[in-house]
Amino acid sequence: MPTLGFNMHAANNHHHQAKAGASVSEPAWVRYLLVTTALAFLALFLLLPLAAVFVQALDKGWEAYLAALHEPDTLSAIWLTFLTATICVPLNLFFGVVAAWAIAKFSFPGKSLLITLIDLPFSVSPVVSGLIYVLIFGLQGWLGPWLQAHDIKIIFAVPGIVLATIFVTFPFVARELIPLMESQGRDEEEAALTLGASGLQTFFRVTFPNIKWGILYGVILCNARAMGEFGAVSVVSGHVRGSTNTIPLQVEILYNEYSYAAAFAVASLLALLALVTLVIKTVAEWKIRQTLSITESEG
Amino acid sequence: MSSQGLKNNVLPGFTPALGYTVFYLSVIVLIPLSALFFKTATLTWDQFVAAVSAPRVIASYQVTFGASLLAALLNAFFGVLVAWVLVRYRFPGKKLIDALVDLPFALPTAVAGITLASIYAPNGWLGRYLEPHGIKVAFTPLGIFVAMVFIGLPFVVRTVQPVLEELDREIEEAASCLGANRWQTFCRIIFPTMLPAVLTGFALAFARAVGEYGSIIFIAGNMPMVSEITPLLIITKLEQYDYAGATAIATVMLLVSFLLLLSINLLQKWSRRFAE
Repeated sequence: MPTLGFNMHAANNHHHQAKAGASVSEPAWVRYLLVTTALAFLALFLLLPLAAVFVQALDKGWEAYLAALHEPDTLSAIWLTFLTATICVPLNLFFGVVAAWAIAKFSFPGKSLLITLIDLPFSVSPVVSGLIYVLIFGLQGWLGPWLQAHDIKIIFAVPGIVLATIFVTFPFVARELIPLMESQGRDEEEAALTLGASGLQTFFRVTFPNIKWGILYGVILCNARAMGEFGAVSVVSGHVRGSTNTIPLQVEILYNEYSYAAAFAVASLLALLALVTLVIKTVAEWKIRQTLSITESEG
Repeated sequence: MSSQGLKNNVLPGFTPALGYTVFYLSVIVLIPLSALFFKTATLTWDQFVAAVSAPRVIASYQVTFGASLLAALLNAFFGVLVAWVLVRYRFPGKKLIDALVDLPFALPTAVAGITLASIYAPNGWLGRYLEPHGIKVAFTPLGIFVAMVFIGLPFVVRTVQPVLEELDREIEEAASCLGANRWQTFCRIIFPTMLPAVLTGFALAFARAVGEYGSIIFIAGNMPMVSEITPLLIITKLEQYDYAGATAIATVMLLVSFLLLLSINLLQKWSRRFAE
């Protein structure tokens, strides 16, 4: 095959073809054309932007790169981002596990409506997600006057950022665990309870080992979104440098000030986070498939 | 508890688990979202119509929905192609590329935004070759389209991939034995089977693009009437303290999201029935 230094095989259909004499694959040139087109598309839209982040971050050398990350405003943005994720992820993790327990292990009327409602934050524009909290806690909002009278700041302050982030990352853990726990059924839990285990023992010793990779999957995606959310946070933050800026907002400020190298240096942190997220996600997916196939072969 | 499924269920914790689920859902999602409708309800009908149908707002709908539609179409085509190549063929680096398809889910939108803007800027990696040919991407509606293609890329791939993996090869063999050529088999057997998944992925990519903000504003140029997307217009209104205007437009956006969510749910039901 005249390919550019690599061989392409049509996957897993060799013996079929020999046995049936039926053509269930495409001619080599078609395969080559399709693979090349697909890879060119992905290179243009995925690899090029990814490479551009790091190349431009290091545009002015390592020293400038490290100096940009040591800026006090950037450091405080990093700290605020970690703080936000540390609050949001555990709350949505706990909700996700509890919701999945109720939805996957029991049947009740209105279940599919409940699942749709849990998914809702994914289909709302990030800007609208931020706006709704302004409407409640902002100066002209429902609780605005009361909050002002008691000198509590939520909008244009850290609590607003946390709330908006909880909203946009709300479904991640739940939507991963619900189908996973549904596919595992409740035989194992029932067996444990029959043998005298308490409810919590059953959860931690029987359910948890089956869903731990699903939990990791949900948590890692929830965390990536919590640390990277821009639109919703941008509406509620007020952009006070060094106090209500998260990493993505700091990227925006630096970029708008034409400090491109610094903007990309800070952005490269988020790009690294994205790459780590993809690695952990891939491993978790692989482990989930493994767990499921073990459950199936036992059952 | 009299609901049917619970009768034979010995598992504990249903009431507190469901109670907490509904409570947390209400506090975080439902009550805040309802604030939008209550705020909009304080407007008169004429005020509402005026706010959501001003020429600048209409222009922003056209840009947002038009670019989203085109981006989702392109993603539907390339999504099917990428899914096909990932499922059917072997080539070096395949696993890596498979994992990388999810990059737009994992990469924060602001990072995507400044990166795409810099690549397609007149002096950027690609912009410098496009500019002499009269193709301007950054700071035009075309830039909005490019950003929407990026953020919508994984959806069709990830909805079509499992369907292709499950597809029974024997049907293709049968078609071939009965004299169909490969193209006929694809058009009459394979494509109809994956159509519901393609449509689901298309709708998901479209919905995501319509609401997208972060990756677009850096590359869009944000010129009113030309390259201003609706989410940005909401923010502009907020910054001008025009809460009523922002809320009215946001309500329209939210209703569109609901409509899209509903059609996605119906599409998924359809594709599940198709699978059985």
